[in-house]
Amino acid sequence: MSSLKRLVKKKLFLPIFCMILVLLINLLKSPTFFSIAINNGVLYGRLIDILNRGSEIAILAVGQTLVVAVSAGTDISVGSVMSLSGCFCCMLLAGYGVNSATTLAMPMIVGMLGGVLMGALCGAFNGALVAKLKIQPMVATLILFTAARAIGLLLCDNQITYIRYEPYKYLGNFLPGVPIPTPIFITIAVILVVSILLKKTALGMYIQAVGINGRAARISGINSDVICFVCYVICGVCAGIAGVVASSRIYSADSNNIGLNFELDAILAVALGGNSLAGGKFNLPGSIIGAYTIQAITTTLLAMGVSTDQAPVVKAIIVVIIVIVQAPTFKAWLETRSARRLAAETAGAGEEASE
Amino acid sequence: MKTGNTLLGRTGNANSSMQHRPRNMSSNTLLHRTRSMNSNTLLLVITIVLFFVMYAAGCLIYADKGFAHVQTFLNLFITNAGLICVPCGMTCVMLTGGIDISVGSLVAMDCMILAYGMGVKGHSCLSQLILVLVVGIVFGFVQGFLVGYLQIQPFIVTMAGLFFARGMTAVICTDQISITQFSNPAYYAMANAKIFLPRFLGYTNSKGKLQIPFIRPTVLIALAVVIVIFFVLKYTRFGRNLYAVGGSQVSAAMMGLDVKSTKLKAYVLSSFLCSIGGICYSLNTTPGSVQQAKGFEMDAIASAVIGGTLLTGGVGNVIGSLFGVLTTGTITTLVTTNGKLLSSWANIATAALLCFFIILQSIFAYVKNRNK
Repeated sequence: MSSLKRLVKKKLFLPIFCMILVLLINLLKSPTFFSIAINNGVLYGRLIDILNRGSEIAILAVGQTLVVAVSAGTDISVGSVMSLSGCFCCMLLAGYGVNSATTLAMPMIVGMLGGVLMGALCGAFNGALVAKLKIQPMVATLILFTAARAIGLLLCDNQITYIRYEPYKYLGNFLPGVPIPTPIFITIAVILVVSILLKKTALGMYIQAVGINGRAARISGINSDVICFVCYVICGVCAGIAGVVASSRIYSADSNNIGLNFELDAILAVALGGNSLAGGKFNLPGSIIGAYTIQAITTTLLAMGVSTDQAPVVKAIIVVIIVIVQAPTFKAWLETRSARRLAAETAGAGEEASE
Repeated sequence: MKTGNTLLGRTGNANSSMQHRPRNMSSNTLLHRTRSMNSNTLLLVITIVLFFVMYAAGCLIYADKGFAHVQTFLNLFITNAGLICVPCGMTCVMLTGGIDISVGSLVAMDCMILAYGMGVKGHSCLSQLILVLVVGIVFGFVQGFLVGYLQIQPFIVTMAGLFFARGMTAVICTDQISITQFSNPAYYAMANAKIFLPRFLGYTNSKGKLQIPFIRPTVLIALAVVIVIFFVLKYTRFGRNLYAVGGSQVSAAMMGLDVKSTKLKAYVLSSFLCSIGGICYSLNTTPGSVQQAKGFEMDAIASAVIGGTLLTGGVGNVIGSLFGVLTTGTITTLVTTNGKLLSSWANIATAALLCFFIILQSIFAYVKNRNK
């Protein structure tokens, strides 16, 4: 009993519990869920699909976690920034106004870096508004939420730019001769870089300090504005990477559809990962597991034949259950109840003993 | 002595850095509010002036395209009737320091209920309208309970609401439904009713026919909502409670206000107004479809922010929100009247305007804190 309680108190309990629950439901529904096959030299299977499709959400969740931790607010522009980065990358590669390009206007890596840089720029814009001008994160990022997608559309001259160049597809699909989808490697790389940055430097501690009490952090000598700014830039870079991956997946820049509603999924992943949206302490592994859990839920629903439009109902119910379970008021209510029962039991036991 | 000085210097620094915090839970909330009134009135005036300047500029530039006609001005109200109702509720929620991002989906769900009930099932007009309003109240009650009584972040709760309402729209029906004259004549008549204004406001068009400007019933509904909410916020106990809770939750609780139920009521009001907005929206665009009213929530928030409502709570006004909607509507009208510009320019212009107002608010807050 006590060991179970300790397990429940663990930080990673909730995200892992949700993940296992979703996978179990899947297993009961279709026993072939975990089967992985190799077709045409690449891996196929539901699990691989979840890992592959969840890459963008996981990358976004990494950036979002830091933003939530440092500023107690959410960056709602990530989906739009993704779209802008993808469009910018494609525009650089194809040249302005070109609808379909078979030869690239510049080296592929330059275009991709350009896309990521665009994300960093957007992150810097958000960061400047939040850190320097002290604007609430949601309002500050609302600007790019509205504008970024529209700017992307302008960059692509109001059309979908196709890059029909084989190596461009590698990033979002498969490298020749490698059976594992490339986005998985990119996600791992992003997670590794960010966690090394957090572990090896004091950045992680500073972020928590600023998030818990910005005033106290400033008094103890941390430049909280810079820390906040850096977090937003990291989030922007993550959005940029996710955008380039998403555009490479469909080898085109579809401004209206890349990253649509991804900001909600990313925020959901952070909440699901056991992070408080009120800032402060954060839990990066939790967010990542949360991201894949969301993708698992989406994939499961689609596999069950629920349409893409109807799937949000289930997502909403899951969110509500999770937040109610996590709510301090609810926990306090549970504790008083169990304490009362405990008191009643001990009183009962006491009476028995006295008899 | 030297150490004493540095210590003093440090404390001084700490104090000044404290003052720069925007969400300063100052003990003198009343003083804070009387001072902030001035700069906020200024913000409101700027918004109103900007709207008129923008409209006048449009009249001058696009005079040949009929921009100066009274009807163009009235169309601004007709097309935005739904959007005028929604930010009123949003303003109430934002006054408490919360946010409601479920409004767009709720509007879509309302439209779908109306369209499905009348277009497919053939229910009567009145029963469906009442159903929609009840759905709005129940929806708001659940959200408000989660936010107020369980103290979950409003963003997360209403995000779940957003998912739920959008998903339910698809669960009700995935096709696009329209309400025709045959399926529900009463509703169709209401949607197409025209209320003509006096004759002298009209103009003669190129064919020599007199065009009398008109408005639709939805405009009256929307304006009535604005006026009612304006008076509710200004003169009722509930309205003042909203400001008090948003200004400082702790102070409000200490004054003996029921913070939880005030928040609950704010969300119920928001969803209820959202349902009225949904009805207006449905009357304007009779079909119901899953993709309807996407991004409505951000339009509503942007309008409220442009109108001078602070997301930190405690400051705001529905008149400002009304002009926020009209300003963004004017931008869209300008872009569409031009004809050559891409529609995405409207988004970019709105975002630029939003950026301008946000920075303006921030500067005002900074100056205010410095003067203290």
